[in-house]
Amino acid sequence: MREVDRRSKIDRRNFLRTAAAVPPAAAVAVTTGLSIDGAWADNAQTLKPDTMRTLAKVARDIYPHDHLADRYYIAAVTPWDAKAASDPKVKALLEEGVALLNQLAQATHKSAYAAVAWEEQRVALLREIEQTDFFGKLRSDLIASLYNNPEVWPKFGYEGSSAEHGGYINRGFDDINWLS
Amino acid sequence: MAKFDLNDDGPIVIVGSGAGGGTLGNELAQKGIKVVILEAGGRNEIQDFVNDEWNSFIQLAWKDMRTTSGSWRVAHDFPNLPAWIVKSVGGSTVHWAGASLRFDEHEFKIRTVYGDIAGANLLDWPISLAEMEPWYAKAEFKMGTTRTNGIPGLPGNNNFKVMEAGARKLGYQQVHTGRMSINSQPRDGRGACQQIGFCFQGCKSGAKWSTLYTEIPKGEATGNLEVRPNSMAVRIEHNAAGKVDGVVYVDADGKMHKQKARAVAVAGNSLESPRLLLNSHSNMFPDGLANSSGQVGRNYMRHMTGSVYAVFDKQVHMYRGTTMAGIIMDEARHDPKRGFSGGYEMETLSLGLPFMAAFLNPGAWGRSFTTAIDGYSNMAGMWLVGEDLPQETNRVTLDPAAKDANGMPVASVHYDDHPNDIAMRNHAYQQGAAVYDAVGATRTFPTPPYPSTHNLGTNRMSEKPRDGVVNKYGQTHDVKNLFVSDGSQFTTSAACNPTLTIVTLAIRQADYIGGAMQRGEI
Repeated sequence: MREVDRRSKIDRRNFLRTAAAVPPAAAVAVTTGLSIDGAWADNAQTLKPDTMRTLAKVARDIYPHDHLADRYYIAAVTPWDAKAASDPKVKALLEEGVALLNQLAQATHKSAYAAVAWEEQRVALLREIEQTDFFGKLRSDLIASLYNNPEVWPKFGYEGSSAEHGGYINRGFDDINWLS
Repeated sequence: MAKFDLNDDGPIVIVGSGAGGGTLGNELAQKGIKVVILEAGGRNEIQDFVNDEWNSFIQLAWKDMRTTSGSWRVAHDFPNLPAWIVKSVGGSTVHWAGASLRFDEHEFKIRTVYGDIAGANLLDWPISLAEMEPWYAKAEFKMGTTRTNGIPGLPGNNNFKVMEAGARKLGYQQVHTGRMSINSQPRDGRGACQQIGFCFQGCKSGAKWSTLYTEIPKGEATGNLEVRPNSMAVRIEHNAAGKVDGVVYVDADGKMHKQKARAVAVAGNSLESPRLLLNSHSNMFPDGLANSSGQVGRNYMRHMTGSVYAVFDKQVHMYRGTTMAGIIMDEARHDPKRGFSGGYEMETLSLGLPFMAAFLNPGAWGRSFTTAIDGYSNMAGMWLVGEDLPQETNRVTLDPAAKDANGMPVASVHYDDHPNDIAMRNHAYQQGAAVYDAVGATRTFPTPPYPSTHNLGTNRMSEKPRDGVVNKYGQTHDVKNLFVSDGSQFTTSAACNPTLTIVTLAIRQADYIGGAMQRGEI
């Protein structure tokens, strides 16, 4: 069977075009070498840098894929800064939501959310706020901003647009070889 | 290409350009009858389609607000998107999978065959299979349906091969690559399927039949058909004699016009068609046009649906090739021993990664969900589609509060699953999982219904005017020059995909309208 090359192949121009057309897809291209607790969050214009870092951590805890580097989660949460800038309600929802999450983390673990050591402990905190508008917005936005990023598609073995390659008629539409 | 004056009362005005409206428009035009098709959406052609699920959704889908209620899970998961249908020239034939199946004989008379079922509003169609057969044959020839007219079946892709192998191990007999209106070889000026995938996003090769690039240009070439895109019908008007005389619509600039008409055919799919009739109320017709029975909007059906996806320890790449690449038909029979009336089809389906994330289990998060998505390339999938029962209380009404950009009340869609639908879905989930377990699935997912693609029954056909909205030709019982030409005519839903039957009824209706005009009845 023809397998999919899962290494990152950044096509920045295509990515940006897709991202611009599909709210709330990531508005920044993915840059290599980023980690959630790094300085990237200091570029935020409206949300606090710690809020951005916490959101990225929450994003990974909501949709954890161990084979995805931090930069994909950072790309998925970055558009919220611009949304917060254009909509004070979004800003309040995100800042207050993160504050609540940190408060719950302090009460249980004596630390900020992002510093709680085990994923399952952080997930338990998320379960406590699962019914809030804050969590609902994060989850529903992330479905598009994380999974509609063409750069993550090869990581899952998905090949994206095929018409310009002549479809799959000569590229493995029926190449399965393990059925008995 | 024709261009008609707004004050020309000669044309028949058709609302909608999909399987019903697009086909009817061409069939009438071929007979020399003047036609204006009002299409709410824009004209996106093959070169405009994109192999990108969300961008295509933005380009093609009907996204105008609707409201929902009822116990169906769609109302919870997608409260303002009850249906996944198209607002673009060609209607939902741009998006459809291509499956083209005839009803079984009993599916035209389930009140007789199933008997009275509590909570359901069963009724026999005023037509039989025998009466429909010659018209089905015309539709299959028009659409180039595989496994008819000597046209070979499509080749099976990986997703089909997995389902087929499991089906054989379970002993299923009726398993093949379907009767599909997708060219398996060049035909009618269109090429053969290139196994692109993305059938739901508009076929980039044109191998799949769509009124957009078959019926509509053929009709336009006669000089008798004008298709007016970006024209949202808001009201049908009538004269003092109670005959309809035109359709009021809003153009792309928000300007309102009235196109006069000799007759009107409504083909806006089963949510918009009853909405338009209800919004056309007047002093003479206070409950809406053609609604003396009170049945307009009632008996809404959306098929028993669900999906089963399965993960294997080896790769499948289900998204490669035809989206609906094959079928198991053994469960489509009526066999009450299974604990429900009617039957269902099992048809392969695949979603790309973005839509798989959105639809596998809406609202889910955490590792149970993400480990499923991690198995994406090792997934196979099937859609379950079966007969749901008409219920009077499942209905489209005008929302008392929500209005669209033109100030018209939006459609509010209420649906409760009937116990028969639930029993069928549970059986189908179990059989679907068994198919994949038989070939070594490591995990299966009983996936809930997507927003409805098969919307049916809200202007149903009936022999007696008190039981429904239209007669056996789709002519409304109340207004002789007003027709319904889409799936809202369906008296009952049958198990199979509805498009072939919609096209068949449209061809038959065109013949009836032509005859009625010659006889001076319209």
